Amino acid sequence: MAIEDDVLVVGGGVAGMTAALAAADTGASVRLVTKSQSTLRHASGLVDVLGYADEELIADPFDAIADLPADHPYAKVGVEAVRNGLERFDTITGDLYRGGHTETNALLPTHGGAVKPTARYPASAAAGLASDERDVLLVGFETLSDFDAPLAADHLRAADVPFDVRGATVSFPGTPRADAKITRYAHALDEDDDDERERLAGRVERVHEGEARVGFPAVLGESHHAAIRAALADALDADVFEVPMGPPSLPGMRLEAAYERALRDAGVSVVRRPVDGYETDGDGRLTAAFVERNGQHIPHHADAFVLATGGLVGEGIDSDRGGVHEPVFDCHVPHPADRYEWFVDEPFGDQPYPRFGVVVDDDLRPRDAAGSIEFENLRAAGSVVGGADFAAECSGTGVSLATGDAAGTAAGNDTQ
Amino acid sequence: MSDAESPNEFEPIEVFPEDETADLRPGADDCYKCSTCDTNCPVAEVDDDFPGPKFQGPEQWRLKRKEDTSVDDSISKCSNCMRCDSACPSDVGLSQMHNTARAEYVEEELSKTSLTYWRNRILANYRTSAFLASKVPRIANAAMNFGPARWAMDRVFGITSEREFPAFATETFREWWEREGGADGSRERARAARERRGEDVDAEKKVAYFHGCYANYNTPEVGKAMVRVFEHFGYELVVPEQRCSGTPMFANGMLDDAERHAEVNVSSMGDLIEQGYDAIASCTSCSMALRQEYPELFDIEGIDELAENTWEALEYLRVQEDLSGELSAATVEDENLAELAYHAPCHARNQGLDGQALELFADLAGVDAADVGDSCSGISGTYGWKSEKYDTSMKIGEEMFDHMEEVEGEVGMTECPTCAMQMEHGTGYEIRHPLEIVESALVS
Repeated sequence: MAIEDDVLVVGGGVAGMTAALAAADTGASVRLVTKSQSTLRHASGLVDVLGYADEELIADPFDAIADLPADHPYAKVGVEAVRNGLERFDTITGDLYRGGHTETNALLPTHGGAVKPTARYPASAAAGLASDERDVLLVGFETLSDFDAPLAADHLRAADVPFDVRGATVSFPGTPRADAKITRYAHALDEDDDDERERLAGRVERVHEGEARVGFPAVLGESHHAAIRAALADALDADVFEVPMGPPSLPGMRLEAAYERALRDAGVSVVRRPVDGYETDGDGRLTAAFVERNGQHIPHHADAFVLATGGLVGEGIDSDRGGVHEPVFDCHVPHPADRYEWFVDEPFGDQPYPRFGVVVDDDLRPRDAAGSIEFENLRAAGSVVGGADFAAECSGTGVSLATGDAAGTAAGNDTQ
Repeated sequence: MSDAESPNEFEPIEVFPEDETADLRPGADDCYKCSTCDTNCPVAEVDDDFPGPKFQGPEQWRLKRKEDTSVDDSISKCSNCMRCDSACPSDVGLSQMHNTARAEYVEEELSKTSLTYWRNRILANYRTSAFLASKVPRIANAAMNFGPARWAMDRVFGITSEREFPAFATETFREWWEREGGADGSRERARAARERRGEDVDAEKKVAYFHGCYANYNTPEVGKAMVRVFEHFGYELVVPEQRCSGTPMFANGMLDDAERHAEVNVSSMGDLIEQGYDAIASCTSCSMALRQEYPELFDIEGIDELAENTWEALEYLRVQEDLSGELSAATVEDENLAELAYHAPCHARNQGLDGQALELFADLAGVDAADVGDSCSGISGTYGWKSEKYDTSMKIGEEMFDHMEEVEGEVGMTECPTCAMQMEHGTGYEIRHPLEIVESALVS
């Protein structure tokens, strides 16, 4: 038989990659199928576990997990699984990330000038902590409209941060065109062919008034980011940090690279095409998932499967006028029959739809409408699992890490 | 009553019933301008003036809703690598939009008497030149690389003199195929193989080989490897009448030429598919064209059936046979193949095939294949042959050349003939097709 592995993971986000690595750790042979490139380029790079509960800011997410409702993914897997997921994350990312020294949330400034609670943050953002009382200069670039430094500074002041913050705009050396992609800034600094690092520092010096910390939009290099920050810090005699940005995000790309390296080292095969069907043994077990390949449907066989295709945003949960469904294995997704009950009118009200997803048991196996296991050898991880409102709670990556680690470990163990 | 109460009564209204061209509106609407495609574009990476796939696709399509707006000439800088397709998180058919815009640009903006038009047309119709050259391969090889002629072609016509023209084989693949007895010979050999393998001698194992232009005129060894490997597994081959897959024509906006060739291919391959044959291509740009670009761009009867029944060669054997099992029990004796620098072509990547060759050869004794990274080779078919694109092409390729140099040994491996040209041009390595490695491992 053709393409066969112990564990097949469907979905290539943080949940899927974590599940694949966890399964590989048990000794299983693992293949990961993902419909397109990882969406980590969309991620700010901040790793949340739980930032808010009942709209209240959370200081210690591990404490607060105990109070979550029983259908929340954290409640299903338990707080130990969250710790395991984070431990795996720390191993994968190494020097790239900070925050593992404490259980309490850190507060990080965002590119809009808000302050966000988060459990792990890129090392490049570490000097920007909002709990640090040293003054900050935010620097934007004339051609990079995604980060308006004076506006972000205004917002941070309005948020009552415990330091003085000021914004200034400089032109980036070499003046890229107005709509240049952000990787051009990063790669110009990486390569430093025309002394871009030194020239940028020179331009910032002219607006720098001795603030102890200087923050830049997160475009300071793709591969040589630590050296670039060090060079700028040295020239400015200040700590230098990056402010996480929207897509496409350099911290997200660096995280993607770290995960891809880990997958390669673990021997996980990665296939980038969508899955559009499956096959069972007629007795409640999945035997293969079909990978769609430009018209062709290629069976990929495995003993255990993990569904990690994302939620409503990631297309792991789909909806139309008729209802809400999970398109890959057609797992049950509970939702009101009248679609006018899927949402409430206040945009930031307590919306039902973000919690739509498959219902899992404590072993992360999806259950059908009657409460029976959908497939004996299928587990779900990440935001395809219902019960969490990751945007409102700031829990997205944490849920993916915890459920990914648990689902992958269980799937791998079943095959060994 | 809300329409949620009667969800089945919703009937979409056809807004433009008479328009038979591809409807690109959903693609444009699905783009939320995240710019991820731009960060994946190899051309935008080295050329700051190129506005990138997001502009070439959805933005330009929207701009053109105003009737006085024409396609921007930057579309001709797109190399049609199609990387933006798999980068997009929102399923926007970027390459389809680019192909369509490029065709419109050539049709409406490019003078049909300009040298650029004719240069592009001749490059796109490589098959025609190759067909003529193959009649007198030795003279053609000498003439095509004759210094003064190349200088003039560069200066006057815009075909770079930096590259050496690929040699034309003294015997084309099809000539060899006829000499080997064609389909009848293949049937006999396949039956013998089935008997040797202990399979049903009358088993229905038959495939139609789409060799493409390059394996026919320039690298018949790839076509021969394909035949020998498939016959080893008991498959009988037919080699139907075929024209260019269309890849270089899409990339040059010559959609009319491409459609003319597609009609022949769909018709001859389609007849065989009806008789139970599967279509197999050894070139990943050919399989990409048959599988994805054909149904996206043309409305020809049988085109969907062809797309659904087209396979890449190793993928087919991997699914239908125990290819990995046989390879892990085999040994490659040829010491030239001990260290291979593998480059995954963009068009293999878009079919999800970029990991396949390395995975298959991981347990093959005598071969150590190393990935040279996920960058684009930069040649993109005819793109790197144009004088004004040559520097861009080589800049894109730099990363791949560097990684190739790091690999021990001086042999490269790839599925795409023009990537192979670029790999050889940048490093001087000899380049082999994965089928040749399988041939060396399994066919004595």
